[in-house]
Amino acid sequence: MYVSFRNQLYNWLFQLRGPEAGVIVLVQRRVFILPTGHGVIFAGVLLLMLTGSINYNLSLGFILTFLLAALQVNAMIYTFRNVANLRVSGGRARPVYAGDTARFTVNLENRGEAERYSIGLTHDGKTAEFIDVPARATATVQAGIPAPRRGILRPGRLTLFTRYPLGLYYAWAYLELDMHCIVYPRPAPPGVPLPPALSSAGEGSERGQGQEDFAGLRQYHRGDSPRHIAWKVAARDQGLFTKQFSGRSDTELWLTWDQLPHRLGIEEKLSQLARWVLDAHATGVSFGLRVPGKTVEIATGDVQRDLCLEALALFEP
Amino acid sequence: MTDVKQPLRLRHVVWLLVGLALVAAPHIERLPWWLTGLVVTLSTWRVYLGHASLPLPGRWLLILVVIGATAGVYFNYRTLFGRDAGVALLVVMLALKLLETRVLRDGMLLIFLGYFLVITNFLYSQTITTALYMLACTWVITTTMNGLHYSRREPPVIARFRAAGVLLAQSTPLMLVLFLLFPRVTGPLWGLPQDAYGGATGLSETMTPGSLSSLTLSDAVAFRVKFDGNVPSAKQLYWRGPVMWDFDGRTWSAPRALYGTPEFTAHSPPVSYEVTLEPHNKRWLFALDVPGKVPPRALASADFQLYAVQPVNNRIRYEMTSFLDYSYGQVEDGIAIRRALALPAGFNPRTAAFARELRAQHQNDRALIQAVLAKFRNERFFYTLTPPLLAMDHPVDEFLFEARSGFCEHYSSAFAALMRAAGIPARVVTGYQGGEVNSLGNYLIVHQAEAHAWTEVWLRNEGWVRVDPTAAVSPLRVESGISAAVPRTDPLPLFVRAEFEALRQLRFTWDLVANTWNQMVLGYTPERQRLLLSRVGIDDATWYSLTVVMLCATVIIIIVLSAVMLRHIRSRVHDPVKIAYLRFCEKLQRAGLPRDPAEGPVAYSRRLAGSRPDLEAAVTAITRLYVDLRYGSVPEGAELRELRLRVRAFAA
Repeated sequence: MYVSFRNQLYNWLFQLRGPEAGVIVLVQRRVFILPTGHGVIFAGVLLLMLTGSINYNLSLGFILTFLLAALQVNAMIYTFRNVANLRVSGGRARPVYAGDTARFTVNLENRGEAERYSIGLTHDGKTAEFIDVPARATATVQAGIPAPRRGILRPGRLTLFTRYPLGLYYAWAYLELDMHCIVYPRPAPPGVPLPPALSSAGEGSERGQGQEDFAGLRQYHRGDSPRHIAWKVAARDQGLFTKQFSGRSDTELWLTWDQLPHRLGIEEKLSQLARWVLDAHATGVSFGLRVPGKTVEIATGDVQRDLCLEALALFEP
Repeated sequence: MTDVKQPLRLRHVVWLLVGLALVAAPHIERLPWWLTGLVVTLSTWRVYLGHASLPLPGRWLLILVVIGATAGVYFNYRTLFGRDAGVALLVVMLALKLLETRVLRDGMLLIFLGYFLVITNFLYSQTITTALYMLACTWVITTTMNGLHYSRREPPVIARFRAAGVLLAQSTPLMLVLFLLFPRVTGPLWGLPQDAYGGATGLSETMTPGSLSSLTLSDAVAFRVKFDGNVPSAKQLYWRGPVMWDFDGRTWSAPRALYGTPEFTAHSPPVSYEVTLEPHNKRWLFALDVPGKVPPRALASADFQLYAVQPVNNRIRYEMTSFLDYSYGQVEDGIAIRRALALPAGFNPRTAAFARELRAQHQNDRALIQAVLAKFRNERFFYTLTPPLLAMDHPVDEFLFEARSGFCEHYSSAFAALMRAAGIPARVVTGYQGGEVNSLGNYLIVHQAEAHAWTEVWLRNEGWVRVDPTAAVSPLRVESGISAAVPRTDPLPLFVRAEFEALRQLRFTWDLVANTWNQMVLGYTPERQRLLLSRVGIDDATWYSLTVVMLCATVIIIIVLSAVMLRHIRSRVHDPVKIAYLRFCEKLQRAGLPRDPAEGPVAYSRRLAGSRPDLEAAVTAITRLYVDLRYGSVPEGAELRELRLRVRAFAA
């Protein structure tokens, strides 16, 4: 009861309406302002100075106290002005792998004549990115949000804030931008070899295991030719791997759900598939992906890799 | 900076240090030398540590220094409270705080304490110079505070000074409103420390030859007087102060106040004037002989001294009337007469013998007085501010018969002693004589240098009569002021010298400014506040009505200020063509046909024509006009007018 009332109050007070598309103009109703701890201390010091001035009958003490009090009021207008009327829009967010940090780009446009200093963007109130927005200019600031799970990540409520010019006030606006970031499954560690490829021409060639084109790495097995060991990787202390080579585009590689052992869980399977997508992309073969409910047709290149990873990210069992 | 725990850069620490040093600088002359040394050492150490990126000293070391410094202050001032000790403690604590200043929060705290340190300076001086200097300090501190809050790129120093200056300048109107309208109460709210006021100069309750000479070297202003009519002639300007009744052979002293109602007979119309008295930490109020009324919160004594109820610790103002031609004291009681005749036995034997000799020659008191004055006038007596030192055992003898040079206090002291020895009741009156008319502001300035001592003798049937023996020796002193009277070789403040006319004009201008400052700014009392409000039509201003007026004015100022400042954040479109077209787009948007941000005017028009054929004609016409005006080379004017008309008429 209380919680729901409080939420309603918050939603009304802070005008929380859920994600908004397009440009958000920070009109006065959207900008909130409160004194900071320093602002409260400053007011206390002013009260002390006022008492002193009355007690010692100091005319100049009155003048200084009142000047600083007026300064504090003035600072409030400045702090408010520093974020008010900014035009905020969400930019792109590049896909990331689960466990990485998604970086949401927010564009701030200042159409006014006053430069905006030290505008911060935060999603959790702990870490913030700062940016200055010169007069009649647009600046870009990023909010880094951890992406622990695959799927679609929304930034949620971001806070745009400032304490400029004197740190006595904190002015902020809540941003619920219609942005999202696709979070790919975290690829499994390399090692499990790619499933066998089929020859597109139907010539029955098993897998384009040849000598011409580098196709990826696999864990070193006893008996592999020393000529094929990836020494550069070994030199980086990452273990012994054997380079695999393949014949080219005449092979088709299907990466499918049932090529994986049944004992693996869904997320583990997705991880392994993500690894295979990356490996297949690296070999340059044409490959496709088939998971329950979704099929990505055979193709090559970066677009194909991204399509496949996106399919894995959005997989719903 | 985002976080109060954000580390401060060395640059900011130096800024803080400079700001605080500027504010503390006027205190240095009042602080013990070891404390100044300690503060300088601590500050230098802090900058060195910051420069060398070394860790700041640990807490224990700082606590030790705190204890040491506190003990030092205690031994120096014998207290930890009060004005001087308090300032000393504040200064040393600021230096210590600087030494543990690591993060933004510490920096902000130092800034607040810096503002507080500014106000402590006003305990010692509130002159225009102090005010301007402290304004500059406030500017530096505010610039520092602003500088702490740039999280990306800090603008150059000049730009930051300008930003802080603009902040302060924009705060001035509200400051004035608060200053004028904040309900004033007369302080103090609680007992002030013993040393709250100090260092003021003025007359004292005793007079030993030599004591006034320190005053005559002072260029300080004792009080200023604004006369309602003309300034009386210099010969009549005897400003009455402490009256000395008791003489121990060397020193004259004023008894504790003998309260009573002074009675007099006036022989001339009254003179009205207003005195603005500088603080002198004693209770005397000064008025022309003889005061015709008693100012509020003051008392009068039977010998026409005026006492304020409280020592004059602040500049005060009072209205006075005086009668310059008067007689009083014809009926004096026996105690007073005996007191005015008392002389210590065994002192100054030659004076006593001389008095007996005079008495033998002159039966009439008046004739005796004239004989003494004639002696002063005709024999080789000199008026000088640098008299030879007198021996301690018989100073009057030595002055009258050997040294024969001195100034007002020597003459009045010797004269009064001589009168008493001859059986004429006499007393010494100290105060000021003369004054300097500031022709620019048409008021009279009385300096400490114009301190004077004269005598009053009691004559049967006439009462107390003023006799100024100094006038006999040096008529110029009374008629033209001290600068004309003393030899050129005597030390006197430069300003008192009359020779430099240009300098004098400059000094008059400055004194006028200072006086206006004193009256308007420093003398803005609860009474003045009521007066000001009654002038704008608010009579009987109470605490409540003042608050209401103040809040209303504050709100108005904040609204105006906000309007002015928020104007800068809106985009400004000056192009009338664009304004008209944007209005057209706005109308369409309201009708649910918004223009896509990437859509050109022509494409928009075509799309509209498709979806709303009824609007096609109007939309096409407006778009054609807009494109022509915008991109074509047609002269604006007729077409612009048409565009505006069409937009106004347009309805979607």
